[in-house]
Amino acid sequence: MNQENNSRRDFLLTGIAAATFAVGCNSKKDAFEAGAEAGAVASGRKVKLLSVDGEVIEVDEAFLKPVPHLPPVSNTEARIGIPGKKFVMVIDLSRCKNLKHCQSACNHAHELNPGENWIKVDPMQNADHTAPYWEPTTCMHCDEPPCVKVCPVDATFKREDGIVLIDSDRCIGCRFCMAACPYSARVFNWGEPDLPAEVAAQPYSAETSIPQKKGTVGKCDFCADMTREGMLPHCVSACPNGVFAFGDINEDSVTNGAETFRFSDLIRDKAGYRLMEDLGTKPSVYYLPPVSRNFPFESGLENDKTQNS
Amino acid sequence: MGVLTAICLVGLYAYYRQLRYGLIVTSMRDYVSWGIYISNFVFFVAISLVGSLITAVFRLAGVKWGSPLTRIAEIIAVAAIIFASLIIIVDMGSPERFYNLFIYGRIQSPIIWDVIVITTYFFISILLLYYPLLPDIQILLRFKESTGKRLYRFYSFIGSFWKGTAEQFELSEKAINILCIAIIPVAFTIHTVTSWLFATTYRPGWDSTNFGAYFIAGAFLVGAGAVVVAMYIFRRAYHLEKYITENHFEKMGRILVLLSLLYLYFNMNEFLTPFFKMKESEAAYLNGLFSGNFAPLFWFAILTGMIVPTLILLFKKGRKPLPVFIAGVMVVVGAWFKRYLIVTPTLLHPFLPMHDVPASYRHYFPSWEEWAITLGSLAGAMLIITVLARIFPIIPIQETITEQHETAE
Repeated sequence: MNQENNSRRDFLLTGIAAATFAVGCNSKKDAFEAGAEAGAVASGRKVKLLSVDGEVIEVDEAFLKPVPHLPPVSNTEARIGIPGKKFVMVIDLSRCKNLKHCQSACNHAHELNPGENWIKVDPMQNADHTAPYWEPTTCMHCDEPPCVKVCPVDATFKREDGIVLIDSDRCIGCRFCMAACPYSARVFNWGEPDLPAEVAAQPYSAETSIPQKKGTVGKCDFCADMTREGMLPHCVSACPNGVFAFGDINEDSVTNGAETFRFSDLIRDKAGYRLMEDLGTKPSVYYLPPVSRNFPFESGLENDKTQNS
Repeated sequence: MGVLTAICLVGLYAYYRQLRYGLIVTSMRDYVSWGIYISNFVFFVAISLVGSLITAVFRLAGVKWGSPLTRIAEIIAVAAIIFASLIIIVDMGSPERFYNLFIYGRIQSPIIWDVIVITTYFFISILLLYYPLLPDIQILLRFKESTGKRLYRFYSFIGSFWKGTAEQFELSEKAINILCIAIIPVAFTIHTVTSWLFATTYRPGWDSTNFGAYFIAGAFLVGAGAVVVAMYIFRRAYHLEKYITENHFEKMGRILVLLSLLYLYFNMNEFLTPFFKMKESEAAYLNGLFSGNFAPLFWFAILTGMIVPTLILLFKKGRKPLPVFIAGVMVVVGAWFKRYLIVTPTLLHPFLPMHDVPASYRHYFPSWEEWAITLGSLAGAMLIITVLARIFPIIPIQETITEQHETAE
């Protein structure tokens, strides 16, 4: 990620929201860095900004103060979710060849440490004479989440839009949720996560799940920050084979970026199912069986060896 | 005592390392996310149940011969419940947020149930140790010269209000009776809820309706085992042959037989029916226990923890103090490994394959820090028992006197 762009984008000005500082300001970066010094002296160079009232005002650039990354939404909002939405994912097993682009995109986006995978791709074979296939698993974002039931402090919670998230500022690290999850979707930060200092210093957001913290549980968050902005989760957009489709069940549509499907048709025509239906967890992740495959199972073996030694 | 303190200090150092670097110093990883800390926690909770057995059940059932053993049982119960609470904090990834349990606690989580009942049990156990002590402390206060100055002040602080009037005796008798009645359901709850930490999940080996009763049976067994071990040691150390007689060993031996057969019965229930069905999700787990990686430990725990002690104690010669002591040690050691087998093998058999993870995640052997903390906690519990046994009379003086009078009449 381009650090310079990133930090510039996140600067906020006290009392002034979205700023239009395109005019009359040639060296924006320098201006902001100067403002970081305490007890700045007026430099005489003015910057035009748009105030919250919609007025264009001028501020001396020495008084501009960078504010560190703020979570995009408040903790309370992150716990409620996006009203009127109910997110679902459809994973098409006939398209997966264990490329693991989903996994690396996810690990990168959530600043996960090596070995800590929220998405796992497993070779599955249900019985001796049945065909093997590759099965990516994420958090199932169950409608009856066993993890949420057992959490003693409400650190993991189910939102109105179906997403199950974790408040790492509250998690006490008892790991009961990990024992309760039949899908083994949850991972633990056993040690201090190895993060760049500026990432580690950010206030935690349950929607971005960043930064991960020592002694707390982490897991797939359906990229709640991306969905809030109407974008697809990282695994969906990273997969070149369109394995993952994501959408809103209320709109009855899911998309893998390139193709959009009517969710109910897709599940009906391709006999979609969910994992471990008998447990009554009611997952939000649906699978399409590995029929008429795009790739032979063996094509994924090479990648399995290199990444899973 | 020096040795015990040293082991505790090593454990404390290991815990300092764990606080500093995180649970990464343990061998626990995403699959085996509960290891010997939780096994040890279950072990302590189990042992603590004995207080309620010897004190309350015997008392309510009118079993008189048990009264010299009540103090030992209560001391063990208090020490064990203290370390059960400590070890659960040790297992937490973020112990500095312990207070969240009180701020954000949600009654639907079995962990909160456990917090509530363990706290309740702790206070009842302390009171059950304290109330019967009061008349004894009055007696101790008479020996001002032979008591150290500080100890004398301590005795006065906790017990000088006790004058031994008939009114006080009546009140104390009533209070003890209420506590004895109250502690039995609490004791059953504490261990049932602990078993539910496992049984409320879907995992093979834990998803069992037998778990509550299975845990309670095991708890009474290990608790009784711990009491006979302590009886033997205190009897030797303080020459209490007059009070802890061979008859006590004889009777405790019989109780141990009964309890191990009961636990064996629940084990049969727990393993035989799933073994008969061999459900796909449980087959690998059961094979691992019966004939796989865990088989040596599994059969060791069954043989040492139940079958061999039963065989020893079935014979009259086996119910002499020394063989009873040996059987007790076997029961306790077997029970510790049994708790380990309840926790860990299940976690190594998840529903989805343990595939896309580092190789170290697929097996578990505790790190030195885990061993040090676990041994430290065991040593700490023994230290509390030793200290309490030095401060307080190990045989309830007043009760023994009263009972001797009764039998004389």
